[in-house]
Amino acid sequence: VIPARFDYDVAESVDHAIELLGAGGGDAKLLAGGHSLVPALKLRIARPSKLVDIGRLSELSYVKDDGTHVAIGALTRHATVAADGTLAEHCPIVSFTAGQIGDPQVRHRGTLGGTLAHGDPASDMPAVMLALGAELVARGKGGERVIPATEFFTGVFETALAPDEVLVEARVPKLAASTGWSYMKANRRAQDWATVGVAALVHRDNGSIAGASIGLVNMGATPLRGKAAEDALAGGASAADAAMLVTEGAEPPSDFAGSSEYRAHLAQVMARRALEQALGD
Amino acid sequence: VSAAAEKPGYVGAPVKRREDRALLTGRGTYVDNMAPAGTLSMVVARSPYAHARVKSISLDAARGAEGVVAVFSAADLQDDWKAAMPCAWPVTEDMKNPPHYPLTDVARYQGDGVAVVIAETRAQAKDAAELVEVDWEPLDALVDVGKALEDGAALAHPDLETNECYVWRLDTDATGQAIDDAEVVVTRRYYQPRLIPNAIEPRAVLAVPGPAGELTLYAATQIPHILRLLVAATLGMSETKLRVVAPDVGGGFGSKLDVYAEDLLAVALARRLGRPVKWTEERSENYVATIHGRDFVTEYTLAATKDGTITHCRARVTAAMGAYLQLVTPGIPLLGAWIYAGPYAIPNYSVEFTGVFTNTTPTDAYRGAGRPEATYVIERTMDALADELGMDRVELRRKNFIKEFPATIGSGLTIDSGDYVASLDKLLDHLDLDSLRAEQSKRRENGAAKQLGVGFSTYNEMCGLAPSRILGAIRYAAGGWEQATIRYLPTGSVQVITGTSPHGQGHETSWAQIVADQLGCDMDAVEVLHGDTSVSHAGLDTYGSRSLPVGGVALTYAADKVIDKARQIVAHQLEVSSDDLEYAKGTFAVKGSPDKEMTLAAAAWAAFAAHDLPDGMEPGLEATATYDPPNFSWPGGAHAAVVEVDTETGDARLVRYVAIDDVGSVVNPLIVDGQVHGGITQGISTALFEEGSYDETGSLETANLLTYLVPSAAELPSYELDRTESPSPTNPLGVKGVGETGTIAAAPAVMNAVLDAVSHLGVKDIQMPATPERVWRAIQEAKA
Repeated sequence: VIPARFDYDVAESVDHAIELLGAGGGDAKLLAGGHSLVPALKLRIARPSKLVDIGRLSELSYVKDDGTHVAIGALTRHATVAADGTLAEHCPIVSFTAGQIGDPQVRHRGTLGGTLAHGDPASDMPAVMLALGAELVARGKGGERVIPATEFFTGVFETALAPDEVLVEARVPKLAASTGWSYMKANRRAQDWATVGVAALVHRDNGSIAGASIGLVNMGATPLRGKAAEDALAGGASAADAAMLVTEGAEPPSDFAGSSEYRAHLAQVMARRALEQALGD
Repeated sequence: VSAAAEKPGYVGAPVKRREDRALLTGRGTYVDNMAPAGTLSMVVARSPYAHARVKSISLDAARGAEGVVAVFSAADLQDDWKAAMPCAWPVTEDMKNPPHYPLTDVARYQGDGVAVVIAETRAQAKDAAELVEVDWEPLDALVDVGKALEDGAALAHPDLETNECYVWRLDTDATGQAIDDAEVVVTRRYYQPRLIPNAIEPRAVLAVPGPAGELTLYAATQIPHILRLLVAATLGMSETKLRVVAPDVGGGFGSKLDVYAEDLLAVALARRLGRPVKWTEERSENYVATIHGRDFVTEYTLAATKDGTITHCRARVTAAMGAYLQLVTPGIPLLGAWIYAGPYAIPNYSVEFTGVFTNTTPTDAYRGAGRPEATYVIERTMDALADELGMDRVELRRKNFIKEFPATIGSGLTIDSGDYVASLDKLLDHLDLDSLRAEQSKRRENGAAKQLGVGFSTYNEMCGLAPSRILGAIRYAAGGWEQATIRYLPTGSVQVITGTSPHGQGHETSWAQIVADQLGCDMDAVEVLHGDTSVSHAGLDTYGSRSLPVGGVALTYAADKVIDKARQIVAHQLEVSSDDLEYAKGTFAVKGSPDKEMTLAAAAWAAFAAHDLPDGMEPGLEATATYDPPNFSWPGGAHAAVVEVDTETGDARLVRYVAIDDVGSVVNPLIVDGQVHGGITQGISTALFEEGSYDETGSLETANLLTYLVPSAAELPSYELDRTESPSPTNPLGVKGVGETGTIAAAPAVMNAVLDAVSHLGVKDIQMPATPERVWRAIQEAKA
């Protein structure tokens, strides 16, 4: 419970945070809600030389309707996302999933940007962003750039963010009213990370299935898309048949929560159930 | 009739705990809250290996670190120890007990201490501990209890040339008839996983030296009295120079019923350095440095006639001691040794325990201690026997219940009282088994993904530790009595001093209820003092559901003595014979003269003033009683679990839990329900969640709350509780103890329910805990 020594700075603005990160010698870490970082510090698994606290940058806490998409500030707490009316109307899978993260304490401290930038493949929201085709906005010394979710998650606890970049916003598409969705996860305890999670979106065109997208939690080093299953469903396969293909290309880990083999089976069951729910069956 | 006589009693009433206001508003006082001026912080550098020799150790870098006051290796402190760390229960004459000391140069488990750092702050001590440089020579480690006695197994202590610690037998086979000749014989083998206690407050000690060689040890402990005795003995101190204080203590479950290396280190170093030394365990440190529980392999046999009359039971247990024997490690199996027939009348009885050393954290008492281990194998095997006989699982239990009390059982002890049939009937009333079976049949017919299962556990246990003569007969070093003192103060308030040491049980409330009723005073007038050896001079502390049936009963005898003395004073002052006085609820009345009376409070003042006492009587109204129970106490009951198993994912979820417990008379039903809730949760957790596991090198894989799954309320249903009451005839309160019943009963009920849910798929056994993957695999294997 005693972290190794670190320096601590409070950022007054995003640009200030970028400046502090740049001066941090490459291993400085941003502190937002702290619900992944602080336990890692206490266990001395993470030993950054400096923490840059961005917890007071209230300008990064918002949910706005931006016409074609909904923009969510990176410091928006999970509880705020879960309760947001704009998201409930236009992209309910995001608000629903935010309500499934951790426990109430985690949801009231943890932030959307934090869970994305942490790059944990066992977290719920990265797979949802991937399934949605969300865009993530990073700001650095040279200004802002937009990173597609498909390019953002690069490895276990690794993302496309540069060491002195700050994730400032996530942009999620407005879903058509006819789009079916589901987020399901299997875990032993409510507060645990998912053993496996599945985010499913089914798009319809005049009542027939126009396409599907599936995001997988904890089935590899990064959140994954279940492409083969998506294609099968779009090609007319049943949810049950499509779901069997969801593990193609996945490399599920083996750990205390389950073996790789069990996870693969679980993903197929969960994918079938999620697709059935998204299809309204 | 006086007004006091009209007052309803406190005993039996759901009085809210007087402890809670301070605890719930953050105003409790735990050891870590205390910081006398000049306090130093202690951190132990530990072995990352399960079995390894220290080839060399360098403390220079640590000694040079900022804020460091001192750093010691095992060799530096060896002369401080006058004895090895204590084991109070040499269960056999030839038991092996390799000596161990607070620091070592041969680590026998991951977490064994090799050096200790003292610094001005905890962070400095922690940083410096990372600078202790050890050149290790890793040795072969023995981890698996089931392989400890195999030829060629690695040896936890190579010098012993075996991993066997002891073999202990109890055999009362009256007929001598071979068990295998019985008409029906069912033998099953079970592994009960290693459990890691997680008290909400981790362990902590603060040793404060005084100017004249005296020392106060503040400790998050269940056992201030035993700790004082054994710390003094191990360090060669006079007991008179050592005061042990257990302030608010945040749970123990047996894990704070021990003498630990850190207790001894803090005292030794405070004496060396002349400054207070504090050590507070880190949560992840708790996983390796505090005792574990269970880790039993048991082969259990029931033999019966074809009509379902059970004739024999036999248990053969291999129990992991871990790397060393802690305070009562070898005795844990023995705490269940007499109840391997459960609540059933089984004449022929034999148990055999083999304790084995493994290169793991030592095991010791964990809630239930020996009795959950027995009940689990009995109740799992009762289901197997019923299936084998083609009998209803409930009816097999009912048929074999002990029905006459007191009952001398196959193992030789005598059960004080009980009514197992009544508990079972009440359980069935609550459960509505017919509806559950109908729903289960429907789901089976539909091939539903989520199948329903119902599991039963009818149990008894022996607690209220313990009759001193019996403890002596089974080679436990100390007795099992308890002491209480009651002082009726001149202004009418009452001081109660108890030798029990509560750490969450609510003794301050329950003890005040008992004393206030007996002395006829207001509960608020009764103050309960405990947990400080300078206040409570003698006691044997809190564990084994002993506090109420031993310590609570001592209170009633002390109150009797107070009343007896007051009676003499009142008789003297009213000038009547003491035989003519009738005592009720705090008032003595003269028989036949209803206007002539005197209160106990008035007698207390008279005893204080001492103006007019009977000749030769000492002033003051105070009495001490020491009570040694004539028998254990024997709770029992009937529990049922209803689970839903997702047969596609293997996920088993508890839907209902119904518990009927008979813990004798109840002093405070709120507190009893709280104990039952907590106990049941620990039992459920054993069945579905908790499992301490090591990899093959002896590295603990479940070394934090992320991987060692302690469930929360979100995973559990509301429990349905009720009681039957068979007062214990061996004590005037009729009480039996309730601290462990839930833990003892719950795990087999839940496992039996999980198995019931998937039995139609051909599944016969699942390793506990029933994780989703294990359940899924069992279904796949049954299909194959």
